Amino acid sequence: MAVKNIMIVGVGGQGTLLTSRIFGGITLNAGYDVKLSEVHGMAQRGGSVVTFVRYGDNVYEPIVEEGQADLIIAFERLEALRHAHFLKKDGVIVINDQRIDPITVVTGAAEYPENIIEQLRQEHKVISFDAMAEAKKLGNTKVFNTIIIGVAASKMDFSKDDWLNVIENTVPSKTVDINKKAFEIGYNIGVKES
Amino acid sequence: MTDKKIMLGNEAIARGAYEAGVKVSAAYPGTPSTEISENIAKYKEIYSEWSPNEKVAAEVAAGASISGVRAMVSMKHVGLNVASDPLYTISYCGVNRGLVFVVADDPGLYSSQNEQDTRCIARAANVPVLEPSNSEEAKEFMKFAFDLSEKYDTPIILRTTTRLAHSQGLVELGERKELDDKEYERRPDKFVMMPNMAKKRHVFVEQRMKKMAEDACDFEINKAEYNDKSIGIITSGIPYQYVKETLPNASVLKLGLVHPLPKKLIEEFASKVDKLYIVEELEPVIEEQVKSWGIDAVGKEIFTLQGEYSANLLRKAILKQDLNIEEQKSVPARPPILCPGCPHRSVYTVLKKLGIHAAGDIGCYTLGAVAPLNVVDTTICMGASISSLHGMEKAKGKDYIRNWVAVIGDSTFMHTGVNSLINMVYNKSVGTVIILDNSTTAMTGHQDHAATGKTLMGEDTYMINIYALCKAIGIENVYEVDAFNIGEVENIVKREVQRDAVSVIITKAPCVLLKGNVFKYKCRENSEKCKKCGACLKPGCPAITKKCDGTIVIDDTMCNGCGLCMELCKFDAIEKVEV
Repeated sequence: MAVKNIMIVGVGGQGTLLTSRIFGGITLNAGYDVKLSEVHGMAQRGGSVVTFVRYGDNVYEPIVEEGQADLIIAFERLEALRHAHFLKKDGVIVINDQRIDPITVVTGAAEYPENIIEQLRQEHKVISFDAMAEAKKLGNTKVFNTIIIGVAASKMDFSKDDWLNVIENTVPSKTVDINKKAFEIGYNIGVKES
Repeated sequence: MTDKKIMLGNEAIARGAYEAGVKVSAAYPGTPSTEISENIAKYKEIYSEWSPNEKVAAEVAAGASISGVRAMVSMKHVGLNVASDPLYTISYCGVNRGLVFVVADDPGLYSSQNEQDTRCIARAANVPVLEPSNSEEAKEFMKFAFDLSEKYDTPIILRTTTRLAHSQGLVELGERKELDDKEYERRPDKFVMMPNMAKKRHVFVEQRMKKMAEDACDFEINKAEYNDKSIGIITSGIPYQYVKETLPNASVLKLGLVHPLPKKLIEEFASKVDKLYIVEELEPVIEEQVKSWGIDAVGKEIFTLQGEYSANLLRKAILKQDLNIEEQKSVPARPPILCPGCPHRSVYTVLKKLGIHAAGDIGCYTLGAVAPLNVVDTTICMGASISSLHGMEKAKGKDYIRNWVAVIGDSTFMHTGVNSLINMVYNKSVGTVIILDNSTTAMTGHQDHAATGKTLMGEDTYMINIYALCKAIGIENVYEVDAFNIGEVENIVKREVQRDAVSVIITKAPCVLLKGNVFKYKCRENSEKCKKCGACLKPGCPAITKKCDGTIVIDDTMCNGCGLCMELCKFDAIEKVEV
C-alpha cells in the first residue's frame, strides 16, 4: 500500500501524544510499516505541537511535508488553520472546534482569526465538532481526545472493532469503558458528516 | 504474529543497551535524550541513575567500564560540553569493558540554546561516532557500538538527533547478551593519564583511529547501494530517509560510522557516480574531509547549515523542483508559555512589578524572557545565571546590580549552579539569587534529582536540603518562601537586593504538572464585578481570555486554581471555588 500521511496538530498539553500511541497501535496491528514523529520538551509547554503518522508498505522519512497529508486531525481551530497547507488536494481535515488563545492574542499583539472553519471549508473537506462539549455530556472532559480519535477513525480504513481493541490496550484499565463510549460518540459524528 | 514493537528512537537505544548487556547507565536529563534513561530504568538488570550533571555521569560510566562492565552515559548535545573533560581523556585511556556516550543533537532547536554538531567534538576528541537512521538501527548500532568499543579500546559516541530520538518505528526485539564481568587489572599506563603515560596513549589513539578508518570500509553499517549512477549521494542518519524519499533510484553511500570516515570506500563510490552530493544536517563534517581528499562533491553550496532537512528541501536543492505548495495561512504565532498555575509566573509577576532584571538559566523559567513577562535578560547555559550575575557585579559594582537577580531552577542549581554560588561566596560577591524550587526537573518531563528524595530507579534516598546547602557554603541570608505568596516574595526581594552580601531566596511550590499534585480549587470570574482593568491578564496565564466586552473568562478545564489572578484583582471579581 502506498504510504498514508496523517498529522495530529494541537496545543501542547492537549494530550496529542496519547492519540499518536493509538495510531501507532492500529497501524502496527494491521501489519504495516509505520513511523511516528512527535514533539517533546520546551515546545510542549502550551506551544503549537505536531505529530506525524506515516504508514504503508515501506516508510522512509518520519515526517509529513507540505501538500502531502491525507488526513489532519486538529485539536484546536487556529492550529487547523496553521497547518492546512499540509493537506493534499483531496485530503480531509477533522477539527475539534475549540479556541485556545495563544499568548500573542492574550497580550493583544495579534488577533484570533474569525470564521476559521468557514474559510477552510472553501478549500478543503472539513469535519468540525465540539469534542469538549460532547465529553462534558459524558461527564469526563479528559476523554475529549478519544472523541476526536473516533471522528478521525471514521475517515480511515480500519474496522471499528480494531480501533476499540487498540483503545482497550492503550488507555489505563480503569478508563477503558468511558474511552470506548467516547470513541463511539466521535465515530458516529464522523459517519454522519460523510 | 510479529515480534516487532513500535519504539521511540530513545526507547530503542535503551533496548539496545539492554541487549548489549549494559550494567551501568548514568545521565542528566536533556531534551531530546531524556527518555533513554527513563526506558533503561525499566530494565532491572541495569543500574541506572540521574547524576547531577553530564560530567559526573560520564565519569560514573567511565569508572564502571574500567571496573569491567559495559557502561553508558546519555545526554543532549550541550551536555557533551559539560562532559567534554572526561571525554577527551577517556579517549586516551580507552576501556576495559565497552563504554558508549549517547549524544542527542537538536537541529532545528526544538528545545535547546544552540545547534552545535557533536561530530565536531568527536573529531577533536578522537572518538568514533555511529549514527543510526531509524529506531531499529538505533538498537542494533548500540550493540555494535559496544563491540567496537572493546575491539578498538575506545569510547564510542552514538549520535542521534531530535527527529530520530522522538520518532517511533518498528523494532525487532532480541535477547540480552549476558556477559561475565571482565577482570580488573591495574594498568597505570592506560588509566593514569600523567604526561608520560598520556604521550604514549596519544600515539595509540592516532593508530586506533587510522586502523578503524581502514577497517570501516568493510563494516556492514557502511553500505553502498548502487542504482542509477548519474547521481550519487553520501549521507547518514535521518537525512538518509529524506534521500530515499526524494531519490529512490539514486546510488547512495549510507554511512553508519561517520567518524572516522572509510576513505577507500568513499573514493570507490565517488569514482563510480557521475555527480556526487553530500547530504548531512548541521556542519559539513563529512563534506570537508571528502573534499580535502580531492574528490569533487556538492554539499553546503546548496544545502543549509541550519535546522532540519526534509525531502522537500532535497527536491528543491537537488532536483530544482518547483513544488507549488500552498502557502501557510497568516496566523498568530503560538510560542511555548508557562502552564496555567505555574509557580514561576507568580515569582516573575513580582519581579516585573519591581522592575528587576533577571540573569536567567536553562529550564521552563527561561520562558520568562518573552512577553508578557519580559523579566529574564540572559540565558547562556546550565548554571550561568549565578556566575554571570557575579561577573556583572565585579564589572560594574554592587550598586549596578541592585535591580538584578539571578534566577535558577532547583535541578539546574544542583547541576552546576552550586559551583557558581560557591564562587560568589569565595570572591566576596554582592547579589541576590532566586532558586525557583519546583521539586523536579520540569522542562524535560519531571525527572528526579539530588534534592527530590527519589532516584531514577524509584528508590527513596536522602533529599539534599538546598536551604542547608546554601547555609553550609557560608551564606547567612537564605530564605524559603511560598512562590504563590506574592506579598512575601515582594518584601523579601525588595529587602535583599539592597543587602551588601550574597542572598539566596528559595521560592517553593511544586511544578503544577508534577504527578501527585492535587488541585482543590479552580478560579472563577465574576463578570458583574469585573472592571475590565486587565490586571489579571498581565502575567499571561493561558486559562484567562478577554471577552469582546472587555471582561474576562477563565477556562475551567485549564485553570489549576493557583490564585495568582485572584491576588492581582482589586475588585474581588475572581473567586476560588472547590473542585
